[in-house]
Amino acid sequence: MSIIFLLIIIGVIVAGLFLAGFIWSVKSGQYEDSYSPSVRILFDDHKESGNTDTKPNENKNRDNKNKNNNSKDSN
Amino acid sequence: MGLPCIHCGEDCGKHPVMWNDKPFCCNGCKTVYQILNQNEMKQYYEIEKMPGIKVETHDVGDKYAFLDLDEVKEKLLDFSDSGTGKVTFFVPVIHCASCIWLLENLNTLHTGIIHSSVNFPKKEVYITFKEDEISLRQIAELLASIHYVPEITLDSLDKDKKGKSDKTLIIKIGITGFVLMNVMFYNIPEYLPGGEFLGKKFTEFFGWMSLILSIPVIAYCSNDYFLSAIKSLKHKIISIDLPIALGITTLFLQSAYDVISGTGIGYLDSLAGLVFFLLVGKWYQGKTYQALSFERDYKSYFPIAVTRINNGKEEVILLEKLQAGDHILVRNMELIPADSVIVKGDGNIDYSFVTGESLPVLKHSGDNVFAGGRQIGSAIELEINKEVEQSYLTQLWNQESSSEKSESKLNDLVNKISQYFTAIVLSIAAAAGIYWLFNDPSIALFAFTSVLIVACPCALALTVPFTFGSTMRQFGRKGFYLKKTEVIERLNKVTTIVFDKTGTITHSKAMKIEFIGDSLDEEKLLMIKSLVRHSTHPLSAALFQNIEGENFYEVNNYIEIPAMGISGEINGVKINIGSRKFVTGKDDNSESLKTEVFVYFSGKILGHFEMENRYREGLPEVIQSLKDKYDLHLITGDNESEKENLKSLFGDKATIRFNRSPTDKLEYIKKLKERGKTVLMIGDGLNDAGALNESDVGITIADDIYHFSPACDAILESKRFKDLHKFIKFTNTSLNIVKVSFLISFLYNVFGIYFAVAGLLTPVFAAILMPISSISVVAFATFSISFFSKSAFKE
Repeated sequence: MSIIFLLIIIGVIVAGLFLAGFIWSVKSGQYEDSYSPSVRILFDDHKESGNTDTKPNENKNRDNKNKNNNSKDSN
Repeated sequence: MGLPCIHCGEDCGKHPVMWNDKPFCCNGCKTVYQILNQNEMKQYYEIEKMPGIKVETHDVGDKYAFLDLDEVKEKLLDFSDSGTGKVTFFVPVIHCASCIWLLENLNTLHTGIIHSSVNFPKKEVYITFKEDEISLRQIAELLASIHYVPEITLDSLDKDKKGKSDKTLIIKIGITGFVLMNVMFYNIPEYLPGGEFLGKKFTEFFGWMSLILSIPVIAYCSNDYFLSAIKSLKHKIISIDLPIALGITTLFLQSAYDVISGTGIGYLDSLAGLVFFLLVGKWYQGKTYQALSFERDYKSYFPIAVTRINNGKEEVILLEKLQAGDHILVRNMELIPADSVIVKGDGNIDYSFVTGESLPVLKHSGDNVFAGGRQIGSAIELEINKEVEQSYLTQLWNQESSSEKSESKLNDLVNKISQYFTAIVLSIAAAAGIYWLFNDPSIALFAFTSVLIVACPCALALTVPFTFGSTMRQFGRKGFYLKKTEVIERLNKVTTIVFDKTGTITHSKAMKIEFIGDSLDEEKLLMIKSLVRHSTHPLSAALFQNIEGENFYEVNNYIEIPAMGISGEINGVKINIGSRKFVTGKDDNSESLKTEVFVYFSGKILGHFEMENRYREGLPEVIQSLKDKYDLHLITGDNESEKENLKSLFGDKATIRFNRSPTDKLEYIKKLKERGKTVLMIGDGLNDAGALNESDVGITIADDIYHFSPACDAILESKRFKDLHKFIKFTNTSLNIVKVSFLISFLYNVFGIYFAVAGLLTPVFAAILMPISSISVVAFATFSISFFSKSAFKE
């Protein structure tokens, strides 16, 4: 039964990591604009011009959305 | 009807500008299309159809020269280091997905731009750029060249710290949610049958875990409630936050005692749940319209820099450095920044935004001009009389003190109720404690704390944020934007409504036009239209809009004389259109108060157009339904030409005042307030700014809500003016829903207190009752608001 103690401690730590992720995502301003990421994801990358600059940004926003869900559900 | 412009979607008329077989309404739109086409950015037109913005004046000239000043750069740049700079521009025209795409691909247009991203709700663009390749001025000009004109005002130089508190609130919600989930998980074995098999060791362990996790909730997440409770106690007011703070503290202390003494697991899940719901309610209420500004003063209307003439040389200086005695140059469409005298050139000054007067005023050299007017026509040289801060209108707009007063005076429903509530709860708790002290002292303290815990007015505190929050959202969807939810309650208390005329109950641009004289045939009308097409004067524009026909004649020898009229030749026929003096040669000493435009055709005066402002649609209905319930007042800077019209419209009871200056309006509102009236002021321009500020509720009517509007409590889209009475009426519905929700939450409290007094409050009971009461009240409030708003705003 004492394994449960360990599991609970691990559980809190994992959930705490998600909480930290959530706080980071809020602080970095990812919740300030919930409209543009939703359309940005649908833009085709231009073939002619290598506008790679926008790409990392897109991914960041997508990751963050998942994280947000997790931090609330992880428990 | 012609083809729609590929760029902006506007009607191109009979002679569209063609390029590459595509129709454009004007050269400006064509140029943007060409720029984008050259850079292979045609995707702009694929994401949304006709996404472009039409801009009337294309000549940027030296408009952004001030961005080369070091002081401006320093203030405007968010960040600058080793050749890389970051800047934020407010671009009010951002409206669709195409805008986002284009503005985020600025690097294709100029290699000096490293990265750009858009914040859609704030309508801002963040641009990272190489400072040695592109200057701030060039970026602004680049944006302007694709018609995304950035709005840079004095205001934007003072960096705001608005978004910060919103972020901390979200973080608090996150932390509390995290604690709530964990603590609930620890408490479940206690609540379920069979949990006792886990043994005492587990109960203790779970208890301690819950207690440790709850510390951030009590110490950080709920500190707003403690602070506000202490603050209101200091002011000797009992606010709703006091019983909340009391409840939270008791919950925590009782639970801590249970856990430390090993008697139980406590109510920490209820505590976290309570704080969580409260914070969510706060967030819901506080969510406002980010791109709208309700706090503007003259600073956001005035330019940052002006062109000073120093020893015959032009130089750009910051507005704040402008001193009395300086000579400045004001070009076409530029603003006069301070009270001054014209030194050179003829001014044709549009004061429409300042005084509400719709026609430009002619001023000659030596005449005084006031700050806030806009020059139309050729450049003029001015000598500054007074500094910006001391100019007549600037001072008027700066009277802000009175608005704060009405804020603190507001004794809202909740705080009134919570005074009684707190007193009753405390006495019930004390009574229960004393009763048990004599009958069973072992549960006396417990009964006392139980009452405080269960009576914590969580549902009560959530009622207002959710009811008013969803009312505000419903209003927003219908084009009525409130600054804060408190406005709803104030709007409901209004007894007196004061209207401004020009631009508020009348259209600012559209006019009613009637021709008096010989009847004009279609050909002559078309000739008039062809002639006025060349003029930018508001009356010409109004005539142009009102005459039908698309086949324009060619105009020769076109001349425009400011404040007089225009003339030209069509097919050898000389046509003059303009003022009485210009066309007939006689002085304008007629009694008529209406605006007149005379027409002269090859040696003969045909007659004149009479132009009147047109009332907004639905005005009679709005007035009709407000007339019985409120005192109506109309106060305007205009002359009495429409007196009879307005009288019949507003009825006999209404008070109508003409020829009032902005200061008169302010004084008028003050007097009404002194007589104990609660005043709603409805206005549009800066001339109403003082009155809007002084009134209990100030509503601004705006054609474009993102453009400048004076400081106010709410902004109403001009096309929704016809619903004004419905909005005012609906505040009553909201207030009734709040009252019903209060009743529901009281019932929960009575039910809970019954158990608490009996000493039967178990953790599981609290854990079920508290969330259910909160959720059901919130659900009732939001659903009934959306239900009632549907029927209230049916077309």
